[in-house]
Amino acid sequence: MSSVYALLFIVATLVLVLGLARKIVQYAKAPAPLKIPTTPAPVTQTGVVMRLFREVVLFESLFKSTKWTWIFSWMFHLGLFLVLARHVRYFIDPVWLPIALIQPFGKYAAFAMIAGLGGLLIRRIFVDRVRYISSPSDYLWLLLLLVIGMSGAMMTFVVHTDVVAVKQFFTGFWTFSGGDLPMDPILLVHLTLVAVLMILLPFSKLLHIPGVFFSPTRNQVDNPREKRHVVEWARKLEDS
Amino acid sequence: MAKAEFETPELTEFIEVPKLVEGTMEHITCFVAKPEHQEALGFPGEKVENWKEVAIDKMGDLLSRYRSFQVFLDSCVKCGACTDKCHYYLGTKDPKNMPVGRQDLLRKVYRRYFTFAGKYFPKLVGATDLTEEVIDDWYSYFHQCSQCRRCSVFCPYGIDTAEISMAAREILDSIGVGQKYCNEIIGKVHKIGNNLGLPGPAIEDTLEGLEEDVWEETDVAVKYPLDVKGVDILLVTPSADFFAEPHVDGLIGYGKVFHEAGVSWTLSTKASEAGNFGMFIGSYENMRRVSLRIREAALELGVKRIVFGECGHAWRIAYSFLNTLAGPFDFLDPDYPVPQHICEFTLNEIEQGTLEFDKSENDDMSITFHDSCNVARASRMGDKPGGQFEIPRKVIKAVVNNYHDMEWDTIHERTFCCGGGGGLLTDDLMEVRVKGAKPRMSAFKNVMEEKGVTHLAAICAICKSQFTKVFPYYGMDMFQIVSVHQLVSNAIVMNRKTPPEEAPGYGEDDDDE
Ligand code: HEM
Ligand code: SF4
Ligand code: SF4
Repeated sequence: MSSVYALLFIVATLVLVLGLARKIVQYAKAPAPLKIPTTPAPVTQTGVVMRLFREVVLFESLFKSTKWTWIFSWMFHLGLFLVLARHVRYFIDPVWLPIALIQPFGKYAAFAMIAGLGGLLIRRIFVDRVRYISSPSDYLWLLLLLVIGMSGAMMTFVVHTDVVAVKQFFTGFWTFSGGDLPMDPILLVHLTLVAVLMILLPFSKLLHIPGVFFSPTRNQVDNPREKRHVVEWARKLEDS
Repeated sequence: MAKAEFETPELTEFIEVPKLVEGTMEHITCFVAKPEHQEALGFPGEKVENWKEVAIDKMGDLLSRYRSFQVFLDSCVKCGACTDKCHYYLGTKDPKNMPVGRQDLLRKVYRRYFTFAGKYFPKLVGATDLTEEVIDDWYSYFHQCSQCRRCSVFCPYGIDTAEISMAAREILDSIGVGQKYCNEIIGKVHKIGNNLGLPGPAIEDTLEGLEEDVWEETDVAVKYPLDVKGVDILLVTPSADFFAEPHVDGLIGYGKVFHEAGVSWTLSTKASEAGNFGMFIGSYENMRRVSLRIREAALELGVKRIVFGECGHAWRIAYSFLNTLAGPFDFLDPDYPVPQHICEFTLNEIEQGTLEFDKSENDDMSITFHDSCNVARASRMGDKPGGQFEIPRKVIKAVVNNYHDMEWDTIHERTFCCGGGGGLLTDDLMEVRVKGAKPRMSAFKNVMEEKGVTHLAAICAICKSQFTKVFPYYGMDMFQIVSVHQLVSNAIVMNRKTPPEEAPGYGEDDDDE
């Protein structure tokens, strides 16, 4: 059984990394022929970095838009971020200081994450406009993350699993000397769904993760009068 | 006429988000371009046999040429943040007029043909085949988007439905199903030089008429020159400025400002149009062709600067794209931005102290300012972000005593579209235009009631035409829309008097006697 999971995670990691890399290369290669930042926009590169920072860390545009979605979404993502950071300790030894420092918060971040996801799900079901634009996959993503979050929290707070063995299993990964995974049903559900998430991510709307960095309305400098911007295919029109 | 065919929405004090009602605007179809309009722009004249393959191929082509298109189609998480941001949704309740609802008309086809999930699990991710019905939906709803970018302000990934609409229209054009209004107009620009198809002599006539009017009004001989070589400034202005109210009052204002500033300037027959509908149909090639006229005119006339008149989408293209499409402009005076907005020019003169105003000339009005979408969310004025909001307001406040802004969430980057932008300013889309104007009308009505505002000032030819038509539907008067430079024109004190020997008719009279 442990080797099945080992294989699953090797595949999942490969799909995630290669799949995302393929998408990132595609985005990076696709030219942006015209300057289309949503204005008012920063007039310097530093300003753009700040804008993206606010977008990625604070969800600035979403905040302008709807406070409820923003609250739930931010709770979910911040929770997820802390939880993920906390998970780093299963993969490295010794554990880096910052990771060690967030351990106590990370533990409770799972609740923020679950509450946020719950809020988003309720919104998706009860707000007519959001329901209208939802396809089955939109609900499934929320459920998937909810189950991952809840099974994780269960292991932290209710039925503990053998964390030391889990850590041995995943640290051994790199050296192919992994130990055995404890055969707890909750752990197995948790890990299976995480692998599913990793595999599906590059083919789904979770492409918003690289997308936000490549969005021309957010990542372009507002300087078209000062600096001429021409991409290759447009230059060909000029030469002909 | 059209008035009876649909109900004008009732205005509300706050912007209310309606419950959605499916299909309320399904019946909308604007006139389809005739073969001659299509072919003049390099598109097939009629719907092609193998439209399906052509459309999918075109989509693939656009995906590889536009990062925005690719990233926007992939990134939407269906969070719903944009769903209540579009004036067409707010005015029509039709969910396909929610920005994401509109995008999804195209995204579902993208998913079906270009993504793994959509190819193998179409139901799961809401992917569908490209069918006749989908094309009909595209034609209807992508012509109910004014490409105003309000949605892109609020989307966490900046997804701009305008970009999707442009792409959709380009795909439609590529299979031979173009929109008559836009494509006929672009053809006129290619052939004659402006959207209205005004030939050179007609423009010359109009300008002479303006000179006479201004002379009678002020006793100052203000010139409205056409095709004069070797002057400092080429003024490129929307062709509506040549004849329609209140546009033409703006043109009169530009001339007075130039006169008082003591600069030499000219209009051009070749570039007698600031507008560029090539953007509305998403066609880089057509947009470029239209833009190149301005470069050619500037070179032929040997000017040093280019200034744009009041027009929203024209300013987007001028500010954001002109350098890309028709640059580099290294033959112009590097001390001035290329191009410059007339409001930038006027404010600069005001700050230099070259202009004198009698604000009381505008005391019969109380003004509010409508931020036009393309100026607000797709361009800038001055050198600081947000200058596009400050500069026109500073100009207005310099020439009027009574000014009040509308509600904060309906101006600046959150401004509501007039309802007629993006190639919808045609009578066959009157229902869309009237309903889409609702949020702007509400905000205007509120400021009228609360602050006693009487007039709405704008710097966009489309906004001005749209409001002229739509105001009466909401019980307002069509003359409540004014040009910003009309206000300038009213208040400006003409200090550069004309010596008698330069007065119009000087000498002629003597001969007659
Ligand atoms: C660069 C990092 C990220 C940023 C800036 C970001 C931002 C956002 C924003 C602004 C939303 C829209 C609001 C909402 O509906 O929740 C969203 C939605 C979502 N994000 Fe992220 N996200 C990031 C990373 C992730 C990761 C790592 C995951 C999961 C593995 C994830 C999963 C989701 C899901 C499932 C939704 C949809 C929620 C719903 O259905 O309502 N995101 N994200
Ligand atoms: S660009 Fe404007 S008109 Fe088009 S969907 Fe967005 S908000 Fe609506
Ligand atoms: S705000 Fe953006 S991500 Fe959210 S539904 Fe609208 S287009 Fe999609």
